Amino acid sequence: MERIGKITEISGPVVKAVGLHGAKMYEAVRVGEEELIGEIILVRGNEVTIQVYERTEGLRPGEKVIGTGEMLSATLGPGLIGMIYDGIQRPLPEIAKAVGDFISRGVEATPLPMDKKWKMKKLVKVGDRVEEGDIIAVTQETKTIEHRIMVPPGIRGKIVEVNEEDKLTVKDTIVKIKTPEGKVVEICAVHKWPVRRPRRFKRRLPPTTPLITGQRIIDVFFFIAKGGVAAIPGGFGTGKTVMQHQLAQWADADIIVYIGCGERGNEMTEVLERFPELKDPRTGRPLMERTILIANTSNMPVAAREASIYTGITIAEYYRDMGYDVALMADSTSRWAEALREISSRLEEMPGEEGYPAYLAAKIAEFYERAGVVETLGSKPRVGSISVVGAVSPQGGDFSEPVTQNTLRVVKVFWALDTELAYRRHFPAINWMRSYTLYTEALKKYFEEKVDRNFLEYRKKALSLLAKEAELLEIVRVVGPDALSPREKEILEIARMIREDFLMQSAFHEIDTYCPIKKSVLMLKTILHFHKHAMEAVKKGIGVDKIFSLPVTVKISRMKELPYDVYEKEIALINEEIDKEFSEMGVPTCIGE
Amino acid sequence: MYRGVNVVRAGKMYKTIESIQGPLLFVKRTHDIAFGEYVRIVAPDGSERRGQVLEVAQNYALIQVFEGTEGLNAADTKVIFTGETLEVPVSTDLLGRILDGSGHPIDGLPDPIPEDFRDVNGAPINPYCREYPREPIQTGISAIDGMNTLVRGQKLPLFSGFGLPHNLIAAQILRQATVPGKPEAFVIVFAAMGITSDEARFFIEDLRKSGAIERTVCVLNLADDPAIERLLTPRVALTIAEHLAFDHDFHVMVLLTDMTNYAEALRQISAAREEVPGRRGYPGYMYSDLASIYERAGRIRGRKGTITQMPILTMPHDDITHPIPDLTGYITEGQIIIDRELHKRGIYPPINVLPSLSRLMKEGIGKGLTREDHRGVSDQLYYAYAEGRSLRELVAIVGEEALSPRDRRYLEFADRFEKEFVSQDFYENRTFEETLDIGWDLLAMLPEEELKRIPSDIIKKWHPKYRGSKVGSSS
Repeated sequence: MERIGKITEISGPVVKAVGLHGAKMYEAVRVGEEELIGEIILVRGNEVTIQVYERTEGLRPGEKVIGTGEMLSATLGPGLIGMIYDGIQRPLPEIAKAVGDFISRGVEATPLPMDKKWKMKKLVKVGDRVEEGDIIAVTQETKTIEHRIMVPPGIRGKIVEVNEEDKLTVKDTIVKIKTPEGKVVEICAVHKWPVRRPRRFKRRLPPTTPLITGQRIIDVFFFIAKGGVAAIPGGFGTGKTVMQHQLAQWADADIIVYIGCGERGNEMTEVLERFPELKDPRTGRPLMERTILIANTSNMPVAAREASIYTGITIAEYYRDMGYDVALMADSTSRWAEALREISSRLEEMPGEEGYPAYLAAKIAEFYERAGVVETLGSKPRVGSISVVGAVSPQGGDFSEPVTQNTLRVVKVFWALDTELAYRRHFPAINWMRSYTLYTEALKKYFEEKVDRNFLEYRKKALSLLAKEAELLEIVRVVGPDALSPREKEILEIARMIREDFLMQSAFHEIDTYCPIKKSVLMLKTILHFHKHAMEAVKKGIGVDKIFSLPVTVKISRMKELPYDVYEKEIALINEEIDKEFSEMGVPTCIGE
Repeated sequence: MYRGVNVVRAGKMYKTIESIQGPLLFVKRTHDIAFGEYVRIVAPDGSERRGQVLEVAQNYALIQVFEGTEGLNAADTKVIFTGETLEVPVSTDLLGRILDGSGHPIDGLPDPIPEDFRDVNGAPINPYCREYPREPIQTGISAIDGMNTLVRGQKLPLFSGFGLPHNLIAAQILRQATVPGKPEAFVIVFAAMGITSDEARFFIEDLRKSGAIERTVCVLNLADDPAIERLLTPRVALTIAEHLAFDHDFHVMVLLTDMTNYAEALRQISAAREEVPGRRGYPGYMYSDLASIYERAGRIRGRKGTITQMPILTMPHDDITHPIPDLTGYITEGQIIIDRELHKRGIYPPINVLPSLSRLMKEGIGKGLTREDHRGVSDQLYYAYAEGRSLRELVAIVGEEALSPRDRRYLEFADRFEKEFVSQDFYENRTFEETLDIGWDLLAMLPEEELKRIPSDIIKKWHPKYRGSKVGSSS
């Protein structure tokens, strides 16, 4: 029986209605004659409050509200990859087909292609016992991603029938399962999951592997683990979005979910135009073949912006459950928090700090808690992970504001973007003094075994030189550069070399945009090698100016541009040249690192 | 008959005003009113005002009155609900015309014939249908063209302060903007919000002198016009701009000035509604509201026209962290900063290139667009100028003697950069080539090995040392 209520009040995206019997919190509803999509966010007696995911102009009190009985859900199945959705999982190309270049309201669009036939390989046979999470069939979703169709939540039993047909749509029955209660359920490739509820798994595992991003300052200084959480706060113009795009492009995850939450339309266009052309460095396939985009730009309805974060992470969990490493970028979580604030203020809730609702901290924590490495459900469990990188846009670049502070309480990696660095065009503008990672211990073993035995020592050495530089610059600011000893001047110069020739990385340079971790380490090692010689030279009384105008310094500064196939050889030559040029000045070759 | 948004059409009339508070009317015993509906208000003296439904329930409606509530009373004021959304007539006939802040002609000429009526709120462009803007606009101003290139379809605001020459700069851009190799001129939509009539006259005169007035639509809400109408003005202007760009293939440049006054009007409504304020009393939804204006720029795949937006805002106390510039900066694709210190030193245009930024520059410059050396030259100029500026601070403490020869050279570089590159005449229109050549002249004063931001092959090709004679025409 259809449950119908009546609108009593409309204020922006918030609508009140009465008479919707049996209304549940977070139930999806259809609002008004145009049947706009909405969600119940407050139940009080006979009255419900609904947030509407589309513009509400033209709605009138008295119009109907239809209850769907379902929670706001994501539709999960093959065909997600390569799609661009709005905040409530409607494909933007379908909306364009239906209503043209401008988004109007009340557009119905199915999230997945319903008539596309997938070539499915069945992995079970009649008589097999299966449980929730077991893989029953696989299909090649893209050239590189195998979509694993799992027994949906809440179902277990014995396979009683397998569809022998080779090519199936997402709606076709793949198998029939007889449950212990004797009921026969038909399983197809698609199912729904309420976006606000985390998907289930067997247990959490500690992170042990880094998410390699091809960005030197991240991979070497402030690394994030697969299954880790990072925040990247920064004022406008500090390069949050470029950084998020870089991670989406180069991070070595299997699947990327990119959420453009309340940001610029052109930024999504950029991704849409660029990703199909760019190749994944590991597979050589277009990046779009591992990417799912969710775009709810700043001028699209604010309530759908709030939902976009949940739609995104639910899709990420779905691929995690297949056993993939998923990386999710949310740009920007501040816009999501502002959407919460806007709705909260329309509900006339008691505001907390800066008008944000008092439950902001809990909401942020819940969201990031959906990241992690897990052992999945199923009789043959797999390991999958979700890494989350959330951009934060603090007002006035002030990190003490509530969204930044509440985010820092839960994330383990902090990449602090710095307006000063951005003004100097030092990109990525990640401040090395303020940023941190808490994954050093967890990833130590990996780095020492797989990258370089002394990886963490180089890192420590470089960071301490930069810290020393900051101290010395304070002194220079007060008493001038003359007060420094030659040794200290050498530190200033070597720190400059680390900053400019190592940390600075151009996202727009064909080669520099992606730096393999091996190359990153070699580059840093070379600079430290130079440093060692330079200190010896200073001891011998050679001028710092002279040391840092050696011909080899130009080559060091151009290491970033060395192509992937030759850098190893070329950097070895640069190291030899360092030895040679210093020995010509009478500084013996330093042995050991 | 031509209609401004004060469309006269049948509607439901009520005389049941319960309260009037600031710009808000509270009407009771209403029935079947739509959210966002356009409302006509007839004052006791017979004059008419325009309003919009902000909130509606089964038996009441809350209305914001664009012309303010002065002179209204509860007993005799009539409220007519039109059943329509706020629409504005659009037409190419609007070119060369002057309208008031809600789209009604005020130049005394005959009413233009509307081609269509459009909802002033527009609808968001589907991000999937957008085309990434890539064509560089030559504004003729080196600080912009060389360092923060504007691109057709971009939204790039001028962040300024009281008493700074942002109007001169904007007028110069409007006068000089072209796309190299493309003959068609920009069509201009000029939206004034709360600026003085002097300022408005200055723009109109400058456009008249250059002949651009014939392809300009002026939408004017001046300082003595109703403040709440400012919420409508940019929307009217952009609705007209969208029609010109996406129905008639024009390249439209929209000047919105001054967005600070717009935000004040927004705050006024929010305060009257007793909403929970965000930072500094501005409403929590100001970001979304500003976005609904700024995002109406860009280009659409398969359509020839474009909308380029140049909002101007004056930062209270020159404070860039103030919510108005701050939220704007998060939405627009960069910002051009007008600097009081440079202005005091007599430099025109006083653009501080360091905190300025054009996010779309990276795709809009280089070979085939401007010149292949553009990126390298611009990066190197940035670096050198930033270096010079920070040394200036040091000199203030320790004196110039304490500096190394390298540092002294950077110090001199910064001075020459401001005098020769940034500084130019109000009527000086430089090409991209001229701008880049001046850049090279300046870079030539640094040792070649310092030019680390420029690829070596570009240096070999474009450095004055290798190009034989001295190039460019630094004054």
